[in-house]
Amino acid sequence: MSAHAIDADYNFGYLDEQTKRMIRRALLKAVAIPGYQVPFGSREMPLARGWGTGGIQITAALIGPDDKLKVIDQGADDTTNAVSIRRFFARVAGVETTEKTNEATLIQTRHRVPEYPLSKGQILVYQVPQPEPLRKIESSEVETRKMHAWSEYGAMHVRLYEDIARYGRVATSYSYPVLVNDRYVMSPTPIPKFDNPKMDHMPALQLFGAGREKRIYAVPPFTKVKSIDFDDYPFEVQKWDEPCALCGAQESYLDEVITNDRGGRIFVCSDSSYCEDRREAGHVGTQIDWAKDQAYLDPNADEAK
Amino acid sequence: MTALIKVKSLHKHFIMHNQGGIRLPVFSDVEFEVAAGEALILHGESGVGKTSLLRILYGNYKPSGGHVFVRHGNDYVDLATATPRAILNVRRKDIRYVSQFLRVIPRVTTLDIVKDPLLARGFDDNLANEKAATLLTRLNLAERLWHLAPATFSGGEQQRVNIARCFVDPASILLLDEPTASLDAKNRDVVIDLINEARENGAAIIGIFHDEYVRDRVATRRLDLTQFKKAA
Amino acid sequence: MIPIQNSNDGFGAHEPILTADALTRLYGERVGCRDVSFSLWPGEVLGIVGESGSGKSTLLRCLAGQDHPTSGKITLNFDGAPLNLFDIPEPKRRQLMRTKWGIVHQNPRDGLRMDVSAGGNIGERLMDRGDRHYGRIRASALDWLSRVEIETTRVDDYPRQFSGGMQQRLQLARVLVPEPKLVFMDEPTGGLDVSVQARLLDLLRVLVRDLGIAAIIVTHDLAVARLLTDRLMVMKDGAVVEEGLTDQVLDDPHHAYTQLLTSAVLAA
Repeated sequence: MSAHAIDADYNFGYLDEQTKRMIRRALLKAVAIPGYQVPFGSREMPLARGWGTGGIQITAALIGPDDKLKVIDQGADDTTNAVSIRRFFARVAGVETTEKTNEATLIQTRHRVPEYPLSKGQILVYQVPQPEPLRKIESSEVETRKMHAWSEYGAMHVRLYEDIARYGRVATSYSYPVLVNDRYVMSPTPIPKFDNPKMDHMPALQLFGAGREKRIYAVPPFTKVKSIDFDDYPFEVQKWDEPCALCGAQESYLDEVITNDRGGRIFVCSDSSYCEDRREAGHVGTQIDWAKDQAYLDPNADEAK
Repeated sequence: MTALIKVKSLHKHFIMHNQGGIRLPVFSDVEFEVAAGEALILHGESGVGKTSLLRILYGNYKPSGGHVFVRHGNDYVDLATATPRAILNVRRKDIRYVSQFLRVIPRVTTLDIVKDPLLARGFDDNLANEKAATLLTRLNLAERLWHLAPATFSGGEQQRVNIARCFVDPASILLLDEPTASLDAKNRDVVIDLINEARENGAAIIGIFHDEYVRDRVATRRLDLTQFKKAA
Repeated sequence: MIPIQNSNDGFGAHEPILTADALTRLYGERVGCRDVSFSLWPGEVLGIVGESGSGKSTLLRCLAGQDHPTSGKITLNFDGAPLNLFDIPEPKRRQLMRTKWGIVHQNPRDGLRMDVSAGGNIGERLMDRGDRHYGRIRASALDWLSRVEIETTRVDDYPRQFSGGMQQRLQLARVLVPEPKLVFMDEPTGGLDVSVQARLLDLLRVLVRDLGIAAIIVTHDLAVARLLTDRLMVMKDGAVVEEGLTDQVLDDPHHAYTQLLTSAVLAA
């Protein structure tokens, strides 16, 4: 898609330059201390808290006229929120937007990491609801800050112990806490635990913004990110019994889609652009015809390309 | 023979602060020594301070003046000025005390009470069991009582538990306060034998016995405390 | 009666494990505790008795590092290297509080995580120090549950499902699992009924002895003091009025207040 007409009533990227500097300073601190939550002066944004204001502020502070922006929400480029945020930046920054992961320079995401591996030079900006991984265990901010400062993370393992004692395995399937750079325990945001391994030694820069809680944190490229586990109950990702019904992918995160009121369902890639790329390359899943038939997929989409 | 216990210028009185501060003298200038192989019997009329003296020799009462030197290793420890820690150490190694009453700890069985000093000294459990059992049998305490806590025992039975505890691992100094008071003739004789055996093995005994029969068979010396009371 | 004595105590030890020097805690003009000095050796059990308001709980809180004294010093010595309790940086003090010493609170709810299972409560201290093997952590938890006489089938139950006596025993297990060298107890049997108390006291007595723990026990109950402690300090109005061997202080009290305390005990 081509660059859009920029709205001259706004400063480039919506935020004023001083605010951008403030956010960049916070980002520098965050990058210097991987996994550490840096407080920042979160601004009022033209959408309510809880809708990605933290991620948007980071993107706004970093975006430049030559950037290509991708925005995804639960893996999809075409959901309402992703579309709105993409349109917002198109309007206040006039940048090119894209749905192709490998073409983007800046990717803002809500709760998923793209399937397509990222490369050096790309930036992944996560939207963060609750930056504090210990909040469910310890409600006092004073206490959690001390716990992070002095690496007192025993209580985190107590949570995992409780899961294993109750369910026979760790039941947490998203927001699975990680240890960054062997130092700070961090919340990876509510991405499925399936995505956690992607964060480890990722060539791209990962930035995290929590607008409501006013915290920024970061994982620099090629940093160790290890999901917390027990020696005898090692971290495991989710698996599915079947491949993606549309493109046949066996290693991507699948969403369950209910197809009728008789219990019918199919599993499809959560990452929509990944699935599309695979179909373009000729991979075909078992339900592709049904999907076109039902207009779940645009029947003309593939031919048009 | 080395004196195992040396009492010098011992003086004791009580001050009852809550009864107008009255001063109750017990005795003063008590002086004696007891060597290994001796059994010193304290006598005098009731109230002369026999039990108080015995308690002072154990560190249970604090002297008001004077010294109580107890042989500890190659040296003497003065119980009058020793720290609580030192006194506990001396009690562990050198002194055993048999009182008239058994202070019962709930849930601790007879066998456990008697085994305890052996376990404290590092004896293994089986050996401790054996020694305790032998002694309890000798004291005619029925086996069915061994796994019960002594709270419900008769006075005589409790007394025998007390005695067993003392004699299962006798120390060099034995302080005995009426050990045969609640016993029948048969058990009284057993206790006399135990005392004499310990003495012949080198213990120093200081005891209070009202029973003339026992005194005659156990004492090698006697000390009348009346002389010290008059001086107080 | 011959008190049952420590078998694993450190009578050979040369250095006290804790020394208090002229410890004073004032609240403005009110005296919490005043000029308290003593040393505690490894394996020794010290009792602090006195009525409510005597300053014993204030003293205990200062000794346990939970309250800052107004003046005076507390020196700890675990491995031959003396530490001034309030000079140690807070993270180190917090770490020591989880590994080298423990506090048994009067109300077990203050010493337990009520939303964590019994096994989790006991295992937490192990996880704090870096244990990362679930199977072994759970095995330790089960072992400790049986040591404090809680049925092991209750390992996954929550403390709120336990009786008061069981909660207190669970707290004990949680405190003792890292095998601390020093344990502070504030009225450990307070609030429990008599038969439950007896069981807990006996358990305490055995565990303290078997593990060779040095302990400081605050209590207003002289029977508890007689059963558990080697030495006793009697406090009144913030000051120590008498101290010595427990049986000596209770059987031959010298200070007027101690005589009052001992004569006030009702015989059962």
